[in-house]
Amino acid sequence: MSSIQDIQNEIIEEFEILGEDKESTIYYIMELGGQLPKFPEEERVDENIIKGCQSKVWLATRENGDKIQYLADSNTDITKGLISLLIRVLSGRTPQEILKADLDFIDKIGMGNIIGSQRSNGLSAMIKQMKLYALAYQAKQNV
Amino acid sequence: MSLNIEEIRAMFPVLHQEVNGKPLIYFDNAATTQKPQSVLDSLTGYYEKDNSNIHRGAHTLADRATRYYEETREGVKNFINANESAEVIFTKGTTESINLVASSYGRKFITKGDEIIISTLEHHSNIVPWQMLCEEKEATLKIIPINDRGEILLEEFENLLSDKTKFVSIVHVSNALGTINPVKKIIKKAHQVGAMVLLDGAQSTNHLDIDVQDLDCDFLAFSAHKLYGPTGLGILYGKRSLLEIMPPYQGGGEMIKEVTFAKTTYNEIPFKFEAGTPNIADVIAFQKALDFISFIGKSNIKKHEDELLDHANEAFGQIKGFVPVGTAAEKVSVVSFNINGMHPFDVGVMLDANGIAVRTGHHCTQPLMQRLGLEGTVRASFSVYNTKSEIDQMALSLAKIAKIKNK
Repeated sequence: MSSIQDIQNEIIEEFEILGEDKESTIYYIMELGGQLPKFPEEERVDENIIKGCQSKVWLATRENGDKIQYLADSNTDITKGLISLLIRVLSGRTPQEILKADLDFIDKIGMGNIIGSQRSNGLSAMIKQMKLYALAYQAKQNV
Repeated sequence: MSLNIEEIRAMFPVLHQEVNGKPLIYFDNAATTQKPQSVLDSLTGYYEKDNSNIHRGAHTLADRATRYYEETREGVKNFINANESAEVIFTKGTTESINLVASSYGRKFITKGDEIIISTLEHHSNIVPWQMLCEEKEATLKIIPINDRGEILLEEFENLLSDKTKFVSIVHVSNALGTINPVKKIIKKAHQVGAMVLLDGAQSTNHLDIDVQDLDCDFLAFSAHKLYGPTGLGILYGKRSLLEIMPPYQGGGEMIKEVTFAKTTYNEIPFKFEAGTPNIADVIAFQKALDFISFIGKSNIKKHEDELLDHANEAFGQIKGFVPVGTAAEKVSVVSFNINGMHPFDVGVMLDANGIAVRTGHHCTQPLMQRLGLEGTVRASFSVYNTKSEIDQMALSLAKIAKIKNK
């Protein structure tokens, strides 16, 4: 399996191909959002809503041996696209990998310019929540 | 008179730029309007030539700054046809103007069991101050309902009125939908039961002729920055008879007559309500914004904006998946809408990628959105410097965006 860094580099390359055109970048992000696996309805509960996001984002996890599987959904297509990128990078990894991951692809693809500062805060909240889950899993494994 | 829009646009430097590689189309005027060069020149001119603290200064600069500052008060008085300029108080915005009344008038005159009436259309700034007051005083907040078009139900309002009603605070024009409320009737009915009325004029003063004496409102709150003026400056108009019996809102310099450690006596209106060094530069520059409006003529502005509204309704109405929100018979130049199957944020971001600035979300009117069963809308709001061809451009972009989910 490719490393977290490999996947990040793949994403950076994909966005480089899109170039400077904001419109096509947004269409691409929305398309990615459309490819997110269906979110289980039983997980669509208030406890799974990420606080700090302007749009609604639900995040849930599944244990897969020593790895974490992330499941997510949002009520906006752009946010769905953003979270699908995070899932692509972090899902199916061990808590240790997730916790030490430096997600430099976000800056490198110029996400701040694409989504604006308010949504960037939301993106940080998503990453924080994903890492918190990893921390909880790690603590559980160590017991 | 037909306006020369290109000449008007030339007065607004900010309009002449590209955003995301496209010419800027600024349709977020209900949030704030752009500023003409004359306002910008006045701001820098003040700091370059006149900067000085006003009132009480014994030197020429202080005298000049004071004179200009007070000239704007006179200008505002004329703009809203107040009886006298002492009835015009400078605040930092509509929100502070409303809070001033809720705190000062409300604290003194609202008591347990009293009722205050607002409407479903209110901005949070005309909800929360009254909720806070009601909580403190054990008074009750009553809400005028609306129909699905976004119009106030006058009969329901009359049903809410009683001898318990002490205050009605009502928005003149809805920021989220553009509905123009029949405020003259509302004021008259409220006065019949002895209630005072505050008019939230944040979204009306830039579109409609305002005559506070004809309307007979007791208070009017509005903001300079929605009137081509600077941010951070608001106006509170109040009838002299009320302002005089209201306690000060904040204590400090400027608002006093005499201070001893034993007792302080307060200054006359309007100074009683302007504690501390005011926003001198912005007040002075605001006169240039008022000059701009009177140079173009409010009725000319309104006529142009109405034409833009009609044009937008027609152009956007043809887009598959376009759902207008707020279809009142009387409206200002605001088009609130959703695109079927799409979140307003997504629509806003995609319009921005096309250089088009609109507002998305709940527009600080969450109770209204709940009433309409919506999470939010996209809002395009037009001003005197906008053109039909800009609307056509937005219609093209919007059609492309809507197609994603409405094939």
